[in-house]
Amino acid sequence: MTADIAAILAIDGIATGAVYALVAIGTVLIFTVTRVIFIPFGDIAAFTALTLAALDARQLPGTVGLVVVLACMASAMEVVSLARAGELRAVPKAVLGYLVLPLIVVGIVWLTMRFNPPMPVRIVLALLLIMPISPLLDRIVFRPIADASVLLLLTVSVALHFALVGLGLLFFGPEGVRTEPLTSMAMEIAGVHVSGQTILILAAALVFSGLLFLFFDFTLVGKALRATALNRTGARLMGIRPARAGTIAYLLGSLMAGVSGILIAPVNTIFYDSGFLLGLKAFVGAIVGGMASYPGAALGAFGVGIIESFASFESSTLKDVIVFSLLIPVLLWRSLASQHSEEEVEE
Amino acid sequence: MTLQQIRLIIVAAIACLVAAPFVLNPFSITLLNYIGIYSLAAIGLALLTGVGGIVSFGQAAFVGVAAYATAWVTAVNGYSPWLGLVLAVVLTCSIAAILGFVTLRLGGHFLSLSTVAWGLAIAFLFGNIDGLGQHNGISGIPPISIGPAALVESWQIYFLIWAIVVAILLLCYNLLDSRIGRAMRALRGGNTLVESLGISAFQIKLVTFVIAAFLGALSGWLYAHLGRFVSPGPFDASMGIEYLMMAMVGGSGSILGGVVGAAIVTLLKNSVQDYLPLIAKGASGQLEIVAFSALFILFLQRARQGIVPFLAGFLPELKQSRPQAATELPRREQPAPGTLLLKVSDAQRRFGGLVAVNNVSFEVRSGEILGLIGPNGAGKTTMFNLLTGALRANSGEIAFAGRPITRDQQFHIARAGISRTFQHVKLRPRMTLLDNVLLGTYSRTKTGLLAGALHLNQAEEASARYEALRQLERVGLGDKPFELAGNLPLGNQRVLEIARALAADPTLLVLDEPAAGLRRQEKLKLAELLRSLRADHLTILLVEHDMEFVMSLVDRIVVLDFGSKLCEGEPAAIRSDARVQEAYLGGVA
Repeated sequence: MTADIAAILAIDGIATGAVYALVAIGTVLIFTVTRVIFIPFGDIAAFTALTLAALDARQLPGTVGLVVVLACMASAMEVVSLARAGELRAVPKAVLGYLVLPLIVVGIVWLTMRFNPPMPVRIVLALLLIMPISPLLDRIVFRPIADASVLLLLTVSVALHFALVGLGLLFFGPEGVRTEPLTSMAMEIAGVHVSGQTILILAAALVFSGLLFLFFDFTLVGKALRATALNRTGARLMGIRPARAGTIAYLLGSLMAGVSGILIAPVNTIFYDSGFLLGLKAFVGAIVGGMASYPGAALGAFGVGIIESFASFESSTLKDVIVFSLLIPVLLWRSLASQHSEEEVEE
Repeated sequence: MTLQQIRLIIVAAIACLVAAPFVLNPFSITLLNYIGIYSLAAIGLALLTGVGGIVSFGQAAFVGVAAYATAWVTAVNGYSPWLGLVLAVVLTCSIAAILGFVTLRLGGHFLSLSTVAWGLAIAFLFGNIDGLGQHNGISGIPPISIGPAALVESWQIYFLIWAIVVAILLLCYNLLDSRIGRAMRALRGGNTLVESLGISAFQIKLVTFVIAAFLGALSGWLYAHLGRFVSPGPFDASMGIEYLMMAMVGGSGSILGGVVGAAIVTLLKNSVQDYLPLIAKGASGQLEIVAFSALFILFLQRARQGIVPFLAGFLPELKQSRPQAATELPRREQPAPGTLLLKVSDAQRRFGGLVAVNNVSFEVRSGEILGLIGPNGAGKTTMFNLLTGALRANSGEIAFAGRPITRDQQFHIARAGISRTFQHVKLRPRMTLLDNVLLGTYSRTKTGLLAGALHLNQAEEASARYEALRQLERVGLGDKPFELAGNLPLGNQRVLEIARALAADPTLLVLDEPAAGLRRQEKLKLAELLRSLRADHLTILLVEHDMEFVMSLVDRIVVLDFGSKLCEGEPAAIRSDARVQEAYLGGVA
């Protein structure tokens, strides 16, 4: 391997790593706020790419159907549970949040589609369409078992991923998509060719993690989220509703995952089931950060990207084997580094 | 229900299994074959996940390793399927042992995540190794032959499959009712509990893990020779979660649940395949996994207990006979009263900047009851954890019976003769009183895995059961040995913990706030019990809050305050000590 090739591989790896980093940050966000290890974020990223591709092709994306179905289920569940609790007065608000808002988003997409919107608008539309999915899934799947053990939540999360893969095939079909590049610009840095897309990916990763940082440090909602992550009961005593904090976390996480999907779509062909590997690799990064630290998660994600890039140069077929085998030493190191005062005991 | 009735049911069930091929059509028999094969993998997972509490997403990978191993031996190299079985089992168990050795020290969800990782890595390998046919798989696998008869027809291999399933079920039930099996059942109570009984949690986890892989290997071997073809598909991550689903639907913790779960999931899948095309033409494959995952999620939300435990709740209670008198288990030689038993010298433990225990020294002499007291935050619990090995001291020495134990692991310290109870009661609520106390005899007994599964060491088991009953009687809980521990009131649960500790025949009994949460009558009874133990020459170290309880009971007291030893002496002297009064009351009154 020459230095040139190494440099190209490194840049490639950093670009991939930046995509993973966005998903990894979302994963950490959800885990700290809700204790759910949300495996399906990769699917959310893949669905965003597929949505954007459909919008590019002037078709109504399958996401519309998915959002409508989920919105109906979530609002039905919310209405039933409110009715059981005898809180009928809260029903209109619940219907507004879980049914009307997602439907408005769908309506906006449907209307805007008729005017052949330009690329940036299509990206915004794709993100808008994708954002309700995770909060709705949270309401349907995780809210009823919010107090269960991390392990049970993880099992549910893995099952949910498989449900989403099936739904993805149903709503998006088996064809892979590759969207048009966001920029055709390119430049030479120190003699190495760097595509504009790579720079865009890095910039987006930086901007969105920066925005998240600002959100956490300078807004009340952000602080409430941090409080929930630190201590759910304590936050609840201070008037912060963990369920609402969860919804906000899912919205933010979806946004991060959606952006990563849009960034990766012009570089890699995305299929309905591409999300799993994307999500898991991001997740490897998140574990490097101990599922708790955002910079740690981002660093870990970059590491995974670079390792993957070099591994695929050595053996393209075994790159995934290498990446996942490397997770085990990372887990060992994390497990030794984190102090378990008393393990979670189930009965 | 009596044991005879249960045996009758087992015989009837086996008769039904034998009769099945003569009445059912070939398609149903094929279905039963697959149910049997999946059962084996699911039973393994029921042991690992349900009993041991280790959620594994990687069982499908073990099944796959075995299936590919036997396919490689038979189809590629032309050897006998029985050689394939040997390689399948050896390879799978070796891989499991290595993976387990590396990952089983991981805590909580990290461990489950690692099963996702290696499960995926192994599944990817199948499709990418040239010698294993890559994504096309390996075809032309020969059928299993017993002597001259090749098991070609599905009814022929049916008998082999179900004979193995029945044998495994019986072995597993035997195992769970033996020394090692009880240790497995204790795993869910947490490492601290398990190790306090002299059991190496890591070792038991590793054993459970390898057994689960072994059952997966049997399943994979049969799978390869039933279908006569292997490809990467049936061993991927989605199958991993399907096995988990079988084990959990059947009932986590229930071995029979593995079979029931495998049957339900396989039949459900079959009918889903039949009916989904009627609802959505051309999309059935996708909907199948959606329907499945949705059902699984619904199940996890609503009925985590599983089917077998739910149904078992309706059965009449099993009538068990009280353990009969048997040869006594060997006893430890107790040191002469008054000799130095435990010596703590300058023990220090820091948590970051906080010094929880600061250069504390004291001694415990054989035959006495020593009280360790101090206000909240004095470092009592930390000191307790240092003594029992739950925490390591940063500096200083702790010696027990003349031997340093400062750096020993918890279960070594327990085996050396220090038995403990817990401030927050740690019992196995779904196990009987007798089984809970039997856990205490672990370090005094020797029955291994195979002997346990084959019920070979009944004499030792009888002695252990008799010993457990005697300890229950000693603490006053001998009237209902088959009650579930979770049904006892708190006071009795604490006493049960003492019985469990006594069953280990300790030299030193260390009790962590045994009187906490007890009513007055219960406290009096507890004090009486401890006095009677002292009369039997047992040494007791007591960490306690309740002054009245301590003062009336102990011989000597060590007072801790802010991590340091304030003073030590006899109860009367401590009571009048100005420093102690100041520590507790904030100034001389």
